[in-house]
Amino acid sequence: MSFQPVKFYQTGTFTVGNRLLAPEERSVQADMRRTNSLNSGHRACQGCGEALGARYAIDAAMQATGNRLIAANATGCLEVFSTPYPETSWQIPWIHSLFGNAAAVATGIAAAMKVKGRPDVRVIAQGGDGGTTDIGFGCLSGMFERNDDVLYICYDNQAYMNTGVQRSSATPPAARTATTMAVGAEPGNVFGQGKDLPAIAMAHGIAYVATATVAELRDLEAKVRRAMEFRGARYIHIFVPCPLGWGHASEDTIRISRLAKETGLFPVFEAVQGEITSVSKIRRKLPVEEYLRPQRRFAHLFGKTPRAEVIARIQRIADRNVRRYGLVDK
Amino acid sequence: MLKQIEGSHAVAEAVALCRPEVICAYPISPQTHIVEALGEMVKKGDLARCEFINVESEFAAMSVAIGASAAGARAYTATASQGLLYMAEAVFNASGLGLPIVMTVANRAIGAPINIWNDHTDAMSQRDCGWIQLFAENNQEALDLHIQAFRLGEELSVPVMVCMDGFILTHAYERVDVPTQEQVDAWLPPFAPRQVLDPAEPVSIGAMVGPEAFMEVRYLAHAKQMRALELIPGWAEEFRGAFGRETGGLLHTYRTEDAETVVVALGSVLGTVKDTVDEMRRDGVKIGVLGITCFRPWPLAAVRAALARAKRVVVLEKCLAVGLGGIVSSNVRTSFAGSPDAVHAVIAGLGGRSITRASLARVFSAAVAGKLEPLTFLDLDRALVERALAREREQRRSGPIAENILRDLGTVASKIG
Repeated sequence: MSFQPVKFYQTGTFTVGNRLLAPEERSVQADMRRTNSLNSGHRACQGCGEALGARYAIDAAMQATGNRLIAANATGCLEVFSTPYPETSWQIPWIHSLFGNAAAVATGIAAAMKVKGRPDVRVIAQGGDGGTTDIGFGCLSGMFERNDDVLYICYDNQAYMNTGVQRSSATPPAARTATTMAVGAEPGNVFGQGKDLPAIAMAHGIAYVATATVAELRDLEAKVRRAMEFRGARYIHIFVPCPLGWGHASEDTIRISRLAKETGLFPVFEAVQGEITSVSKIRRKLPVEEYLRPQRRFAHLFGKTPRAEVIARIQRIADRNVRRYGLVDK
Repeated sequence: MLKQIEGSHAVAEAVALCRPEVICAYPISPQTHIVEALGEMVKKGDLARCEFINVESEFAAMSVAIGASAAGARAYTATASQGLLYMAEAVFNASGLGLPIVMTVANRAIGAPINIWNDHTDAMSQRDCGWIQLFAENNQEALDLHIQAFRLGEELSVPVMVCMDGFILTHAYERVDVPTQEQVDAWLPPFAPRQVLDPAEPVSIGAMVGPEAFMEVRYLAHAKQMRALELIPGWAEEFRGAFGRETGGLLHTYRTEDAETVVVALGSVLGTVKDTVDEMRRDGVKIGVLGITCFRPWPLAAVRAALARAKRVVVLEKCLAVGLGGIVSSNVRTSFAGSPDAVHAVIAGLGGRSITRASLARVFSAAVAGKLEPLTFLDLDRALVERALAREREQRRSGPIAENILRDLGTVASKIG
């Protein structure tokens, strides 16, 4: 045999192994000089999607900025599990003020850097979906509208996990939470209009908006790096499963993330100045049951009498995403 | 330099002289002219090296100030009334984090009913939030207190609220002496933060603190305010040396040497109180005035000393602890060695109601004669209140309270000025 065929390391994905890439193309996490910005030893649950997403995102941002980064963190799981003082996992300058003001605190930091002549120091604000889509929404929109030089990262686990899995405006329809119990005629969360934060961010016309999942961490790293190429307000919305709140096995965090994308329920794309510039295509479109079934928060849909009509409504949401974002190549 | 300017503009000039680096602005009367003036200075380039940020709420204003201060910038904002309440969570947070932000509060009533005029309910609602609270008697003092506030706050890593009466001071044109940049620079050193977000030396700020240390952190906040009580009198002296004016300090006494009756008050009403006291003095009444400049920390010992010879105390206050009575008077009682019954609360001027010399003379005379109730509402229209209560007795669905009162009264804005 005259040549060795290239092998994909993770069977069934398009992810090529790092060792086959040129050094400059390898992942931040594969780099010996990675900063471990969110260091080991924190107290996140096993399989926490948010911890995984934050580690990749912040390390990527650190690499992109030459380690000149300051982060403002909203109250929430990420804040609580990372700083049980006297221990802190953060290897970067980091501040937690309140639940609803991370974007505004970041604005203040960015203003201070500007006035002090330190444009090289970049600022990130981060929070969960509650701190982003609900209580912090006003401050976030204000930061977008003013086009403050801040990258806001939302780690979306679709409910208030830190307080015990209550519904947020990012909770999907039919999902069981502590405040949308799987009881009554319409168990779980209501079918509302939804609050599509990436679309709302795009409507502000900000420099860069992207979505990502923790199933495609190279994609996440690339998007954080890309975000750091822009000045002004930027937004990255990361889909981060919560084994505890969603009721799935902790080793399934990546699988659930991939299924969210492959069913079309979570479109993965990026947008510049409010216009979509790239979409991560669905490789093999799967029915939403594949995504819903492994999660106990949707268990009431698959009881003795499966709620086919509810599943069909969720399927229609996925299908609409596929059409709207062109997620499947014809 | 002597100038005849609006109170708000005097404050804006003082703040500008303090070389703020980040100013957050959200409009609310009656503070708006302050941030408008500062915004203009930044836009014109007169105030260099300063970021002026128009935010989307008072909550954001304080939050931006928190971020800026934590990143080592001298941060300032101004608010009033509902705005102060809307930012309340961040107000506590700023002091809890030990960030020396300076904020003007142009004192105004709190609704409902909505009311834009002056009283002290807004500042008093935040009296225990961990900020130092200084109350200005006039526009010169308002100007000077801001210069002192930055130094005091930064020395102790404690935020400082400078309270000035809305409209009465903010919108009054008075002669003020505006110091030179050199004077202020000599008095106010550059901000040297105790904690700063710096990539070269990463720290985590704002961690969860459990029962093992929370008490100690709160105690330290208290201890810092106690330290302020020690520093403030000396700095007032120093300020007098540098600027040639008596400004600041914990409190001021007026004709209290032999006073049997002492009137305690805060803010601009002190002028009217002093005029009234002068008139009563001419009639031989032994009455004096104690003006509180520093309300938080509460100058317990200084007030006690000032009231040592008083037989009775009348606390004139522009705020009401609903269900209790006086707020300032409750504090005064802790500093009065005599009977608590000898401390009278007079609630006055709520929602901008004029406080006249005639009304003051009436209550002060009643106090001197031993006929003043423990709690008095100055110039309360008893008949109006009785009619409202009668309506409520007669009819279950008696309707909206404030609107009924206004309809009964039939006149608009009749007791403002």
